[in-house]
Amino acid sequence: MTMKWMLGAGIAALFLSPLVIAEVSDQEVQRVIKRDFKAKGQAKMDRLDQDVVQQICTQSRDKPSADVAKALESDQLKAIPFPSGSLMGNWKKGGKIAWSGKGMQWHEKTSKPSGGGCYNCHEISPKRTSFGTIGPSLRAWGKKRGSGADVQKYVYGKIYNSKAYNLCSHMPRFGTTGTLTEQQIKDLVAYVLDPSSPNNK
Amino acid sequence: MRASGCSALLIAAFALAAAPVGAQAAKVTKYQKMVTEGSPAELYELVGEDLWKKKKGPKNASLEKCDFGKGPGVLKGAYAALPRYFKDSNRVEDTESRILHCMMTLQGRSRKEALKRPFGNANKPSEMEYLTAYVAGQSRGYKMAPGMSHPKEKRAYELGEKLFFARTGLYDFSCASCHGEEGKRIRASQLPVLSKPKVAGPVMATWPAYRVSKSHLYTMQWRIANCYRQMRTPSPIWGSEVVNAMNMYMTVTGKGATYSGPGTKR
Repeated sequence: MTMKWMLGAGIAALFLSPLVIAEVSDQEVQRVIKRDFKAKGQAKMDRLDQDVVQQICTQSRDKPSADVAKALESDQLKAIPFPSGSLMGNWKKGGKIAWSGKGMQWHEKTSKPSGGGCYNCHEISPKRTSFGTIGPSLRAWGKKRGSGADVQKYVYGKIYNSKAYNLCSHMPRFGTTGTLTEQQIKDLVAYVLDPSSPNNK
Repeated sequence: MRASGCSALLIAAFALAAAPVGAQAAKVTKYQKMVTEGSPAELYELVGEDLWKKKKGPKNASLEKCDFGKGPGVLKGAYAALPRYFKDSNRVEDTESRILHCMMTLQGRSRKEALKRPFGNANKPSEMEYLTAYVAGQSRGYKMAPGMSHPKEKRAYELGEKLFFARTGLYDFSCASCHGEEGKRIRASQLPVLSKPKVAGPVMATWPAYRVSKSHLYTMQWRIANCYRQMRTPSPIWGSEVVNAMNMYMTVTGKGATYSGPGTKR
């Protein structure tokens, strides 16, 4: 490839595709974001630092290549600290955590435990009729699949870090981000799986 | 008319809650019609008009000569032609940013003082909310036609589009996480797909908007900041390039819709 050829191509690009030249790069977007936000309450500026998952999902518009997704999902899965023993907590407490959408916003205190906001996106118990539809329905989820150790582990892991199973899932990483505690996630696992939970009645 | 509109609204809201399922659809349509026709947003416009003409600040001047790009004092169709690039400030501004510009230049007020309380509440709405409602109301019937030719306007659109799809914050959300697919809800709230012209048009043509559930009128600067709050990010700076670019992206996407705000929402 000669210098002349490269120069020619460069000049052609300059005239033929002004849109390409005007394109705002991902780096520029990040620069502007860090300039135009300010820390407020518990929401500090480090929340704007994109990790590799956010970067890949942004660049690919939530459609990463299969290879990249597989590798990163595996990394995310390895980082989940699965507790030993039963992962089923108290479904009654889980129901309250699933209903509460509070927590981690700039106007909220860090001293109070966060909710999971599960009903924002999922149908769960028939007793709750105000539910969102961004995520799949979890109605009778345990009834259909049982509540064995593998099923418990999957639900625990999915709540702890959804990106370990679907890299560009729209579900937050409730464990990784410190939003929910180990015990809270166990309570949610019970709410989804426990045969006595209203979700499985 | 206004007071009766409000009480009729309340009666309709109660009737709606008590209505049997079969009659629900008809009641909803009636409620929506009443909400639109007797909107308390008009009150904001009236107070806004008074504030617009009131002398204020170190220069003891009103905002009447504020130039939204159609010449000093021309408000007809101004809101519908924003955001756009302004040579004097060398940046893309939306209506609220332009009002701030005029507070500083015409009235001689400091940015800090003028922005002390941009967002109010039902008990005490803000000066900016009143003024924005008034300016917006002067564009009813005009087609939304934001600036799309200046390089900075193009940049604002592109930046806004990138921001719309950028995963960020503690919860990894992008705007598209919630506003990316048709027919989705958060709890009982329908989520407009703001990247689609036919959806973005009617939405952008009805902001600012009075929310019946909060008894208060909210602006687009508030709407965007409040989405980021729920996305668990830090706070976007009022009137910053980020917020104005988001506004530009959504307005350009919905361009051509006829402005009919300030609107009324649930």
